[in-house]
Amino acid sequence: MWMWVVHRTTGVAIFFFLMVHVLDTALVRVSPEAYNDVIGHYKTPLYTFIEAGLVAAIALHALNGLRVIAVDRSTWALRHQKQLVWAVWIGFAIIMLGFLPRHLMHAFGGA
Amino acid sequence: MAPAPELKAPKKGISHSTLGRTQRWSWIFQRVSGVALILLITIHLTVNLIMGDGINQIDFAFVAGKLANPFWQWFDFVMLVLAMVHGSNGMRMIIDDYARTKWMHATLQWALRIATVVIIVLGTLVLFTFDPCPAGADASLLPSFCEGI
Repeated sequence: MWMWVVHRTTGVAIFFFLMVHVLDTALVRVSPEAYNDVIGHYKTPLYTFIEAGLVAAIALHALNGLRVIAVDRSTWALRHQKQLVWAVWIGFAIIMLGFLPRHLMHAFGGA
Repeated sequence: MAPAPELKAPKKGISHSTLGRTQRWSWIFQRVSGVALILLITIHLTVNLIMGDGINQIDFAFVAGKLANPFWQWFDFVMLVLAMVHGSNGMRMIIDDYARTKWMHATLQWALRIATVVIIVLGTLVLFTFDPCPAGADASLLPSFCEGI
């Protein structure tokens, strides 16, 4: 039940970001200045955290999507679906532990 | 002992499928595109946010350098179409679940369809009509290969 809520909320969030992201990238067709100006906002501290949240939403939606496919296709996965929820959260933690330090160093460390 | 009752031929089997043909295809598409998108988005985020300078490297020159290459044009095109169709297919199911009145349901579904088509068409036009070295632009904002042109 909770994973169903997680899947829907992350899905909706990603969908709205995707539309904004296509619109901001479309500015490359307007002028280099227009694109650089808007994309500059992605490099501010506030957006650094929003981006981290976005990557988290994508990682969670992706791993849970794989769990849903597994539970649909295999009775083994159906019987072990609770353990698979744990696998989703552990995989998610590993991805974020890899991504966050790198991203925060880029954003704040100037590296 | 009474004779055994005459048995009629069984009725035609009942299909236990709860999905129609369209719904089944939408379900298969959601799974196939989902797996493909995991691969595409992992590459997209690795190249843009993890490798090199991460978020700091993203500017016009970076995007122009990528989109001057047909590989990235087609990569981004496939990712754009799959992500938008996957996302709007999910949104369609959510609207089906929560829109209470007929009017609200129709309005939201049409708004979703229009937004999806507009974003896919806009994104595709940008990817394939894009000029990495626009005439008259400030040379310091352009990718280095524009110098020779």
